[in-house]
Amino acid sequence: MLAYYLKLAWLSLKRTPAITALMIGAIALGIGATTTTLTVYHRMSTNPIAHKNAVLRAVTIDNWSADTPWDQEHPERPPSELTYRDVVAIHRDAPAARIVAMRKTALTVEPGAGRPPYLVIARLATREFFPMFDVPFEYGAGWDAAADSAGAPVVVLSREANQKLFGDDNSVGKSVRLDGRDYRVIGVLADWQPTPKFYDLNNGDFDTPEDIFLPFALGAQLDLQPAGNVNCWKAETLGGVHDLLGSECVWHQLWAELRTPADVERFQSWLDGYVAEQKKLGRFPRKLNNRLYDVDGWLARYKVVGTDSRMLLAVSFAFLAVCVLNVIGLLLSRFLGAAGSSAIRRALGASRTEIFRQHLVEVGLVGAIAGLGGLGLGWAGLKALQQLYGGYDQLTRLDFVMMLAAIGLAVLAGVLAGLYPAWRICRVQPAGYLKTQ
Amino acid sequence: MLDMKHITKVYRTDLVETHALRDFTLNVAEGEFVAVTGPSGSGKTTFLNIAGLLESADGGSYRLDGEDVGTLGDDARSRIRNQKIGFIFQGFNLIPDLDVFDNVDVPLRYRGFNARERKARIERSLELVGLAARMRHLPAQLSGGQQQRVAIARALAGDPRFLLADEPTGNLDSLMARQIMDLLAEINRQGTTIVLVTHDPELARRAHRNIHVMDGEVSDLKPYANRAAGAVA
Repeated sequence: MLAYYLKLAWLSLKRTPAITALMIGAIALGIGATTTTLTVYHRMSTNPIAHKNAVLRAVTIDNWSADTPWDQEHPERPPSELTYRDVVAIHRDAPAARIVAMRKTALTVEPGAGRPPYLVIARLATREFFPMFDVPFEYGAGWDAAADSAGAPVVVLSREANQKLFGDDNSVGKSVRLDGRDYRVIGVLADWQPTPKFYDLNNGDFDTPEDIFLPFALGAQLDLQPAGNVNCWKAETLGGVHDLLGSECVWHQLWAELRTPADVERFQSWLDGYVAEQKKLGRFPRKLNNRLYDVDGWLARYKVVGTDSRMLLAVSFAFLAVCVLNVIGLLLSRFLGAAGSSAIRRALGASRTEIFRQHLVEVGLVGAIAGLGGLGLGWAGLKALQQLYGGYDQLTRLDFVMMLAAIGLAVLAGVLAGLYPAWRICRVQPAGYLKTQ
Repeated sequence: MLDMKHITKVYRTDLVETHALRDFTLNVAEGEFVAVTGPSGSGKTTFLNIAGLLESADGGSYRLDGEDVGTLGDDARSRIRNQKIGFIFQGFNLIPDLDVFDNVDVPLRYRGFNARERKARIERSLELVGLAARMRHLPAQLSGGQQQRVAIARALAGDPRFLLADEPTGNLDSLMARQIMDLLAEINRQGTTIVLVTHDPELARRAHRNIHVMDGEVSDLKPYANRAAGAVA
């Protein structure tokens, strides 16, 4: 009967094109607004590495001042970053399947061939960065343990950086000049846009990943300047990067891959022991407070999805509800206007349920068409956001899931709008209409 | 076939109480062609609505084809309407969006027949009423007489045991009216029980039996002389 109901729905919609257009327009408008905000919300709140949520842990230890907590609003939270000496020690000695120590730096690329130099943001990381975060490679691979400890002059380029420097060529083995030194390209990433950029949320939750990746050891060897946050609490003389390396300033990120609950427990215990040892050396004046966050917890701590985003989403759903309320009125007048046809069907043997279903299919069809329209409006809304704010391409990308969600939401909105009118029309007493037809 | 005993029906508003049927008793045997006559407001249409299970009586008993249908729920009444009763209305009551084929198809859809069975029944019933060549016409493209024949085809497509006709020629000229009555007579000859509601004495005379309704009751008064049963022509 579904095909039959769809045929009847189509005939019915064609009969009153103006009301049909109004209904479709109203729902499409609501869906357009909802799709726009929901897409941004969805992209914001998605864990981009959900499949490893259970095994990845952001490592935090509380080396902050005895007098003031790191976060006044949440005094129980340790700093979100670590000192250089702590990440080096933990990376070297802690029991974990994988640990990555990292930070951001800025480098000047000298492309040669008469092209002007330009600045790029780069990431200094230990080699575990790539396998831990499932980073895909287009060409080549990351560096090995020897390059890691020696601080070998090798780089991995992002796809965009490779395109900019070498076109679409496989640049593995080629040389790139950074800050006046030559580095050998050993890998080029495939498209990789984790949104939010979970592994470092300190300078823009939704920034794109860095253009260039280098061995972590190079940062200390070459005194590469930090490009992210550097937070300090202790009165120390900081003349340059070299001083920072030995300071209590936090400016590094540390992640561990811990595959079982026992691994987590062992790591936590080791971490507590490490801090206890450091306390004996006069560091870590606050009480023991070392915390491991899974990715979801880490995103929540950073409030990646802000209250304003939630409010905006709620407002867009409220707008959709208003649209649906308007459609209820239109549907009611439309269905009751065609009550004669339903009365004939009832007289000829249609049950109330069949009349109800027939009309629900009609509103479902209205919803589906409106969903397509709403998808178009939502796409336009996202493009407008891109134009307005710029740099948020990742957040405003309409993916397949959101397309399906928009259509589904539109059908649901249509059906919800149609429930009462369909119920009213199926309760119509046929005798009252048949004589007057 | 149809057995009504002491049926009452009262319509109430805040101000008025109208007794549409009072102690209405009627028995129609299988294969009969019965005309129900009476002036406007006498209760003919109320009788027809109750007989066709479009409305419920307030009192009395109603058995159709041996089954007590007075107490059935809405779904069961819909099923009986669909399977056992054919309706022909004064205003044709065709669905304007649907062509002739699809109009005749309506009751068959709710009957659950497959596409092949429905097509065969539609074609057969449209041939019976002489409209096989007009299957894809919309009702608005047909004359009144043709529309009524489509309605008859629709009523017959499901092979109902019982045909209820409410002023079926009321909107037709005399020639068309005669054709429709000839058609109903032929359908009755083939075994379908027909109850015809009319206020036209000429039409009533073509029935086997004539029931006169006055003030919601079957009246003893026989204003029209019936022809002998089986002499319908």
